[in-house]
Amino acid sequence: MVQALPKELEWIARILQGERDLFHELIRPYERAVYMTAISILRDTAEAEDAAQEAMIKAYRGLGSFRGDAKFSTWLTSITLNEARSRLRKRAKVRVESLDSTDQEEDFTPFLVADWREIPSETLEREELAQHIESAIEGLPPSYREVFLLRDKEEMSIEEIAQALGVKANLVKVRLFRARMMLQKQLAPYLKRELPQRRRWFSWLGGRA
Amino acid sequence: MKLDCKHVWPYISDYIDDTVTPEERRAIEQHLETCEVCSAILDSVHNILVLTADDRIFRLPLGYSERLHERIGAELAKAAPDG
Repeated sequence: MVQALPKELEWIARILQGERDLFHELIRPYERAVYMTAISILRDTAEAEDAAQEAMIKAYRGLGSFRGDAKFSTWLTSITLNEARSRLRKRAKVRVESLDSTDQEEDFTPFLVADWREIPSETLEREELAQHIESAIEGLPPSYREVFLLRDKEEMSIEEIAQALGVKANLVKVRLFRARMMLQKQLAPYLKRELPQRRRWFSWLGGRA
Repeated sequence: MKLDCKHVWPYISDYIDDTVTPEERRAIEQHLETCEVCSAILDSVHNILVLTADDRIFRLPLGYSERLHERIGAELAKAAPDG
């Protein structure tokens, strides 16, 4: 199990003893992650922001129940997932997507690119490309989207995600693989067409792992 | 352990996360050295992940942090957490 950081445990103890303002510092590193978690489920910026605020307030109120047997960030993610999911369920007028119906077998073969080209990060300055990527991610089945964003946007580990979702690490890996393959299939042809030619080989290897 | 393309694809994700065994890693890399198609797929997946991690993808709403801390501040002033 991934455990809480000593510094955070110390802060939490101090907050519980009355240094309430330390809560601002405690959550500062996780502001982004909480919003991304909320939007991965709600797909609406205003509602995601509201859910993020509510999750932080719930974390503050329930701070005494944090036991330190998981990372604080994992606990916070789990509270945010619950908050966002309960909002999703309450959206009576919108058809509720099933969060668990997408683990069936599908075709997860990749798009075959023979001449992949490097993506310079400047390409993101074109709003259109950023929007294309965002809508491809938003179009993923919910259970794939949340795992993908937690891992590849927020860089949580497989184990932390499994803890936060309350599922087995293997299921996280399967969903992540499928999310990545679906995005590759959808985005590779588009990016390939859009980008200037420059071959890159294994230059990134070792950079991420 | 020798792999062909179809057998490499399911490993691409684990390979990127470095959750493959040393033996799998060797077999995957051996295949990638000779297979342009699979190494291009790996590159493309990796590139998509690099783009996803960029701050310009799913930007935070303007003023998000300020509003969040304002709301938290109001709550802190109101009550202590449940001990």
